[in-house]
Amino acid sequence: MRRFAALIEELDSTNKTTKKVAALTQYFKAAPKEDALWAVALLSHRRPSRPVTTTLMRAWAAELAQLPEWLFEESYHIVGDLAETIALLVQQEAKGTPPSLSQCIEEIIALKPKEEEEKKVFILNRWQSLDNFERFVFNKILTGGFRIGVSQKLMTRALSKAVDIDENILAHRLMGQWSPQTTTFDELILNPNPEDQISQPYPFFLAYALEDDFQEKEAVENWHIEHKWDGMRAQLIVREDKHFLWSRGEELITDKFPELACLADHLPNGTVVDGELLPYKDEQIGDFNALQKRIGRKTVSQKLQKDIPIVIMLYDLLEWEGKDVRALPLAERQDLLAKLYHQVKADNVPLLLSEVLHFSSWEEVALEREKAKEKRSEGLMLKHRDSPYAVGRKKGTWWKWKSDPKTIDAVLTYAMRGHGRRTNLYTDYTFGLWQEDTLITFAKAYSGLTDAEIKKVDHFVKQNTLDRFGPVRQVKPELVFEIAFEGIAASPRHKSGVAVRFPRILRWRHDKKITDANSLEDLKQLLP
Amino acid sequence: MPLLEFTSKGIYCKQADVYLDPWRGVDKAIISHGHSDHARWGSKHYITHEINVPIIQHRLGKISVTGKKYGETFSINGVQFSFHPAGHVPGSAQIRVEHKGEVWVFTGDYKTQIDGISTPFEPVKCNTFITECTFGLPVFQWEDPIKVHDSINHWWAQNQAEKTTSLLMGYSLGKIQRLLKHLDPSIGKIYTHGATEQMTQVLRQFIDFPETELITRETTKKAVEGNLVLAPPAVLGSAWVKKLGQLSTVYASGWMAFRGARRRRAVDRAFVLSDHADWQGLLSAIKATGCENVITTHGYTDLFAQYLREQGWNARTEKTQYEAETLETAATE
Repeated sequence: MRRFAALIEELDSTNKTTKKVAALTQYFKAAPKEDALWAVALLSHRRPSRPVTTTLMRAWAAELAQLPEWLFEESYHIVGDLAETIALLVQQEAKGTPPSLSQCIEEIIALKPKEEEEKKVFILNRWQSLDNFERFVFNKILTGGFRIGVSQKLMTRALSKAVDIDENILAHRLMGQWSPQTTTFDELILNPNPEDQISQPYPFFLAYALEDDFQEKEAVENWHIEHKWDGMRAQLIVREDKHFLWSRGEELITDKFPELACLADHLPNGTVVDGELLPYKDEQIGDFNALQKRIGRKTVSQKLQKDIPIVIMLYDLLEWEGKDVRALPLAERQDLLAKLYHQVKADNVPLLLSEVLHFSSWEEVALEREKAKEKRSEGLMLKHRDSPYAVGRKKGTWWKWKSDPKTIDAVLTYAMRGHGRRTNLYTDYTFGLWQEDTLITFAKAYSGLTDAEIKKVDHFVKQNTLDRFGPVRQVKPELVFEIAFEGIAASPRHKSGVAVRFPRILRWRHDKKITDANSLEDLKQLLP
Repeated sequence: MPLLEFTSKGIYCKQADVYLDPWRGVDKAIISHGHSDHARWGSKHYITHEINVPIIQHRLGKISVTGKKYGETFSINGVQFSFHPAGHVPGSAQIRVEHKGEVWVFTGDYKTQIDGISTPFEPVKCNTFITECTFGLPVFQWEDPIKVHDSINHWWAQNQAEKTTSLLMGYSLGKIQRLLKHLDPSIGKIYTHGATEQMTQVLRQFIDFPETELITRETTKKAVEGNLVLAPPAVLGSAWVKKLGQLSTVYASGWMAFRGARRRRAVDRAFVLSDHADWQGLLSAIKATGCENVITTHGYTDLFAQYLREQGWNARTEKTQYEAETLETAATE
């Protein structure tokens, strides 16, 4: 625990990637294997399930610090992070030696079924036996979510250096659902048994947004163009007569899409494909909102399957005849995939093939991109014909060229303090549109401004607060921002009657007064 | 009529026709300490502790100013005034105001820790205590400063061994001198930025500090390598800093207790070291005065006053224009 807390503190105190990798590598080399495995798990967002509610943690911390609950809550709002608030408030000299990381987590796991009183005694004890930063790390393990600027890629790189195994191989081994409770460092990382791996997915290859001068530098004939279908990216595995479906977030979602079970019969064993889950009915691709209805449900009824049937639109072939074919050039993989598709395609097989398009000029590509909405895609994907299927987000061979977002000018109405790096700055904003002479909330957004702009808006918020509701401030309507979003749908749950997808701040419209902002009616005009 | 009132120009004593730390120009201003939000430009005459005289003159230029000792009482139109140590920075004072047996104390800024350069805080009995509460939240609990200074020296020695230059940043008045006072000159040479050097020179007549050398155009990278540089935080990212070669950067402030603030600052290390009272410091100071009334002026004023009311004090908040160190200035200046 002490060693792990020191690692997190070190990672936390530097912006330099080389230093982070060095600290992680050092940790993986020095820590006992069972601790190192838990560190890998925590840094790839795998944590023990939470044994106590945060409500209880708050109440216990307030009690231990002898503070009224309102003052604890106010402190929490100001600090912006519960784990840190508790760590700061329960400041006492650490007593004794803390347990190792794996022991500590085992204790947390064992705690889950116990009575509340027993949980309380344990947690209070731990709080008092740890120093400030250790207590913070302990709370983070309890509540989940380390945001410390260490990507899975960076962690994998450090682990690769520590155990001397190729980074891509490790990335593959770390995929999917595993837990230090059921595996060991040796089994998972050093010497995995191939038989345990039939459900093991490959890391997804992700694209960057197209860079401005791309078309000037690149010859169009080298690029395979596809539509970027607007559904849910997934990887389908068929091995040993079984099928497995993985989301991009490395979640096993096989059971959510029972209509794909038949693919285990249609596709040969030793096949892994990358594709997009799409609602598809009467030979029409449905919209994203329909898919969301499917994703949101815990159980998938017959009716839902009938109303919103799902297919997988195939993009790429990763494993063929039991062999990893990711290193083959894209053009060859696409040929193999097309052959496979035409062999198995029949009316009732829930498969589609994403068409590969070829153009003779970038102007034609741009025209195709204009058709995105009518084809129900988000824009285009540009893939180099020789590109391998790489690991994670890499620049150079795969690009996404999304359709221009929709935009609207809205007025800042409420602001809330940010979290993490932005604690104590007002960074989370609510925006309103006009309906006669009132501003109706239509979206929240917190990204898109520069640090300098955030500082200015923060200053404005503090000087122009009309009312306070806990961490939220209502501000004088004065600032106008251009808000971009991807999709729009009617929604009875929203006050505005409209839900927008991925709203973000495109720019601060210093040139506009609040009377120049758009109306809710203008927004509704954009409904499909 | 209350002995002190909060007006648009500052804290006003009508009976004596003087202002305490006014934020607009007035005829007669009594000043708690030399920081720019308390000692402002534009008044005709200033009265302050004698150590503040050269500090304020350095900041405000040619002004009319009278210096007093701690505990020395002076009377204006029947109102007794005196300065008492606030422990915030050298020269900092609480201002005691007495008229017809009623006593008010205005703290300016203060801390209860002993910093080695300022006369330590002394509680003063009063009826009404006007207190700052920059860090008036229970999450602020300062560590023993000796430990912090040890860590800083350790950090410097480590950098020295790696031939990296240590850049130590803090407020030019108070924080920098406090850091300087506890640096171990046996590790290496201590260089200064211009703004830092000037204020330190002003204070050398009162306090014994390790030797410092001003960085000039002639100073080479080689000369500063492995040594320590004291500078205001504003230098971070400037061309001046780039000329110092390979650096390890440190910022020392109470706000560095927040992880978000530490990360936003983008320095290599952050130390929690403050010239303001922490939560317990504020509470113990208030108890020691034996006061009935508390007025909170700057910091987490509303929350702190609400807590005090629950604990039985007659506490309220008054708006002032003292900014002290806010998280925002500490984090983004």
